[in-house]
Amino acid sequence: MDYETVIGLEIHAELSTNTKIYCGCKNEFGGEPNTHVCPVCSGMPGTLPVLNKKVVDYAIKAGLAMNCDITPYGKQDRKNYFYPDLPKAYQISQFDLPVCQHGHIDIEVEGQKRTIGITRIHIEEDAGKLVHDDYGSGSMVDYNRCGVPLIEIVTEPDLRSSEEARVFLDTLKSILEYTEVSDCKMQEGSLRCDVNVSVRPVGQKEFGTRCEMKNVNSFRAAVRAMDYERKRQIEVLEDGGEVVQETRRWDDTRGMSVVLRSKEDAQDYRYFPEPDLVPIVISDEWIEEIRATIPEMPAQRKARYVSEYGLPEYDAFIITASKHMADFFDACVAAGATPKTVANWLMGDILKVMNDKELEEIPFAAADLAKLIALIEGGTISNSAAKKVLDEMFANPHDPEEIVKEKGLVQISDEGAIKALVDEVIAANPQSVADYKAGKGKAMGFLVGQCMKASQGKANPQLINKLLKEALEAL
Amino acid sequence: MAITKEQVLHVAKLARLNLTDEETERLRGDMENIIGFADKLNELDTEGVVPTAHAIPMQNAFREDVVIPSYDREAILQNAPDRDEEAFVVPKVVE
Repeated sequence: MDYETVIGLEIHAELSTNTKIYCGCKNEFGGEPNTHVCPVCSGMPGTLPVLNKKVVDYAIKAGLAMNCDITPYGKQDRKNYFYPDLPKAYQISQFDLPVCQHGHIDIEVEGQKRTIGITRIHIEEDAGKLVHDDYGSGSMVDYNRCGVPLIEIVTEPDLRSSEEARVFLDTLKSILEYTEVSDCKMQEGSLRCDVNVSVRPVGQKEFGTRCEMKNVNSFRAAVRAMDYERKRQIEVLEDGGEVVQETRRWDDTRGMSVVLRSKEDAQDYRYFPEPDLVPIVISDEWIEEIRATIPEMPAQRKARYVSEYGLPEYDAFIITASKHMADFFDACVAAGATPKTVANWLMGDILKVMNDKELEEIPFAAADLAKLIALIEGGTISNSAAKKVLDEMFANPHDPEEIVKEKGLVQISDEGAIKALVDEVIAANPQSVADYKAGKGKAMGFLVGQCMKASQGKANPQLINKLLKEALEAL
Repeated sequence: MAITKEQVLHVAKLARLNLTDEETERLRGDMENIIGFADKLNELDTEGVVPTAHAIPMQNAFREDVVIPSYDREAILQNAPDRDEEAFVVPKVVE
């Protein structure tokens, strides 16, 4: 039987405010344990929370960017549970009146447009961090993260494959980056997601029983967790069994999930209105004020790159997916570089080096990349030498022109010098010359390579080609 | 409204309270009285009335996003039942 996967996501994004949600402590990753803590965020009795206005601003901004209705009258609620990372034994969150509701995000998967519903976006506080010591008998608690503002974005069960979910997450991440409500640094836990998966026979209207997966720390892990869960549930059904509603923990190292708790043990959070915080009333003026701050979004920027710079759709999509990359691209173009050439360098060698790192960590300026491109296009250095310059720009960032001088990478375009190289190579490789004469085209490539090598990669390849061909024909 | 012993024990469990039989029975009576008092409100016609989350006529109490120095770590940790140099220490928990 063919099965369809049904996926819904809950994404937590830490907001990039200066301070925590209910107190003036710094909202900053890292820092010595328990140094960004005060009586409010450590849950001392008798303290009172005061809501950071910026948190509401950012929630509205994210909501508008995801086409949500903004709730005119909202409130905050207590979600009660016991865990040492939560010193008050309740988390202040929002239950029935979240800041944003009924939104959607458009995504494109394999050329198909899909609209994914956003059920709600609410504000809440993050919990602290537990450090488990393998040797000691206790767990250490660090409350630096406790009270860091979060938005939780909940989707409708509209996603139908792990690939759709991956594209959705990438799109969501770029929306959050563009609106600058979150820095989206996955490795710092700024963006985390819980995954709900069910399967049903193709054509069936009713949803199957779903399982929730926690502890999914990267988009790659999310895709693996979804694929694993789909397979697991289908196996259960094919064996004549029934999928049981439960919460599972994803173990990315082992590539499998294990039961965390069943439906019967589902936590009873006993939500009730937070008596210490008054209602949040959002006027139309406030909404319009925030709307005016929303920048050009990825989809618009992509369209502009295609129409204005003639970039292929694919290039434009890759570059605009990250705001940092798109900003870097714009800066290179502004510095005079050819757009398509910049795109090639960004998507090729630079992305390869940056790999999983954040693009804002590119150690050199956009103007330097523009300069490097100008050196290639002006014929000063070859493409292969340019790669060496780029390596150096990553390792020890300074002016590419200086690097070219220091490393002696200036391209040799002097015909006399290259002719001498060509003659040497021909004399040293009689067999290849004979092969070429016998019509073996491959021998030509080898001889060009030898000339390049003899010049330590500095000779102008077009000139080598031309002079070598002439010399061989003359033999 | 009648409150059962099981309901009392359920609420006690959620609050992580261990009750003796005697305490359970006393609290059952208390809860019955409290719920009974709230039941009285059900006699009112509240059709079309928005649920009240807050009794105080106040809204949008905000602070600006400005950093205020945090407490000295020693001050934060000084009342902890168990601690090391930099953190609270709690019985080992792994969920």
